[in-house]
Amino acid sequence: MSTRTHDGGSRSSSSSSSEESGSGRRSSRAVLHWVGVHSLGVAAALFFVLPFVFLLLTSLMGDRQALTRDLWPHTWEWGNYAKVWHTPGFLTWWRNTLLYAGVGTLLTVVSSVPVAYALAKFRFRGRRLSLLLVIAMMMLPPQVVVIPMYLFWAKQLDLSGTLWPLIIPMAFGDAFSIFLLRQFLLTIPDEYLDAARVDGCGEVRTLLRVVLPMARPGIAAVALFQFFSAWNDYFGPQIYASDNPAAWTLSYGLESFKGAHHTNWNLTMAATVLVMAPVIVLFFFAQKAFVEGVTLTGVKG
Amino acid sequence: MPGTGTRPLRSKQRRSALRTAAFMSPWLIGFSVFFVYPLLSTLYFSFTQYDGFRQPSFNGVDNWSYVFSDYPLFWPAMRNTLWLVLVMVTCRVAFGLGIGLLITKIKTATGVFRTLFYLPYLAPPVAATLAFVFLLNPGTGPVNTLLDAVGLPTPGWFTDADWSKPALTALALWGVGDLMVIFMAALLDVPKEQYEAAELDGAGAWARFRHITLPNISPIIMFAVVTGVIQAMQYYAQPLVAGKVAAGVIGGSGQQFEPGYPDKSTLTLPQLVYNLGFQRFDYGTACVVALVLFALSMAFTALLMRRRGGLIGAGG
Repeated sequence: MSTRTHDGGSRSSSSSSSEESGSGRRSSRAVLHWVGVHSLGVAAALFFVLPFVFLLLTSLMGDRQALTRDLWPHTWEWGNYAKVWHTPGFLTWWRNTLLYAGVGTLLTVVSSVPVAYALAKFRFRGRRLSLLLVIAMMMLPPQVVVIPMYLFWAKQLDLSGTLWPLIIPMAFGDAFSIFLLRQFLLTIPDEYLDAARVDGCGEVRTLLRVVLPMARPGIAAVALFQFFSAWNDYFGPQIYASDNPAAWTLSYGLESFKGAHHTNWNLTMAATVLVMAPVIVLFFFAQKAFVEGVTLTGVKG
Repeated sequence: MPGTGTRPLRSKQRRSALRTAAFMSPWLIGFSVFFVYPLLSTLYFSFTQYDGFRQPSFNGVDNWSYVFSDYPLFWPAMRNTLWLVLVMVTCRVAFGLGIGLLITKIKTATGVFRTLFYLPYLAPPVAATLAFVFLLNPGTGPVNTLLDAVGLPTPGWFTDADWSKPALTALALWGVGDLMVIFMAALLDVPKEQYEAAELDGAGAWARFRHITLPNISPIIMFAVVTGVIQAMQYYAQPLVAGKVAAGVIGGSGQQFEPGYPDKSTLTLPQLVYNLGFQRFDYGTACVVALVLFALSMAFTALLMRRRGGLIGAGG
């Protein structure tokens, strides 16, 4: 197996492939190495997968069995999922979450792209300072500013119990999205922009016609991250929507679902699966964008 | 004539300044309305007594001295946050690096392994926490059932104050996929020639890791540590939901409960802001805790923004 090649992954062991004439001892060491790495891999995979497996198995148990130590369902209660789906409020939480995540993501992308473009490609005084402030804002725990923000939205604008205090701020550029997009736009060579300008394009047209098509993977990554951060948000809905169940989102509703069914682990796990599922389905459609985004934040400084 | 030559230039400069301002405007508004204004207000409220109904009244450093010397939840929350910063971040970075190394060595079904390692990172925090409270349920949870079957001790996990933070750490390790990807990318970027040269010199696996891998990826380790610390400062949904669900608190609005179940062990600083502000309606004191949180996270952000080994790097 030492002749297998992989995209740069084989390093320490690949050297043995060039010494195939080497002694049997060497190749048996390579076999041991292969076995060791792969058993570690399987052990790690179990750690990552087993929680999902137990989650699914429990979600398919009957009410009684879910309270026992059994690991395997006696009967497969697929009806649990229908029961959860038809729980009053569950569909409303879905609609609210889609609204928050969908509209919010759209607003974030539209408002963050021009800012990121300016930070990556314009030369202006205060550019470095602006970037530092974007990063500072990105690192700011939301709890630091929540008191005045709550008073602003709830007391001055009377929007408590709605999703607006969560959605509207997303129309004013999101720091993390700006930073991620800026990192991505830095990788687009200036020559393309200069060529467009020589052809008489203004900045807006250069951005729309030249930069945006090239920045599609970066925009996809930002959109996904933003979608999931809204999908996963617990603190925001807790602050602004907790006193109106009609405005709850999945993350916030899920916890109260457990409260209302505190003995029904099977239904709670079915609800948990239903909240996780869209994220995982979307991941399979957009793996590349996800991984690209994660890499961009950490590696390409 | 001095004016003739400079006028077109000046108007060109003004146009480009206007253009920059136009492109930056969403963020300029967002920064002022959602950062500068609330930060200054937080600072102001921290010196007042304020319940959200009556006008704020100035009370000097009363809130500050209350938080630091009399508020019974502050120091436990501070200790928990520091524990998470030290232990949870260390474990996550070490484990993320380990999984990153492992994935670069796996040569069979790499894509399947990588996907399996990555997926838990995507699980919504509240859902993942609920799942872990169930999995680590002391009486009937699958984990303790398995531990019992092989004769290992079965801790109380989320219901035992000594085990609740390790249980949260296990949850954080389950979601290590983001670090795995970052470390994997960094490891694949280490120049191969350095390994080959070291191997010729007879360096063993450990020596190669210590003298080649580690120095090459140290900026990424630094990045993972500092962002991990900032995440630990903001740690909110997981400990709160774990505490509430393990305590059997019915969720929903207006529920009063002693935060940090069991025995304040899952209490973090962000939870205090919520507890003080939105359950006790003591906005002034909540703002003090918010500012402590601000000071701590900005100190770590400053580390992140250093020119060398910092986040900004090329083109900054």
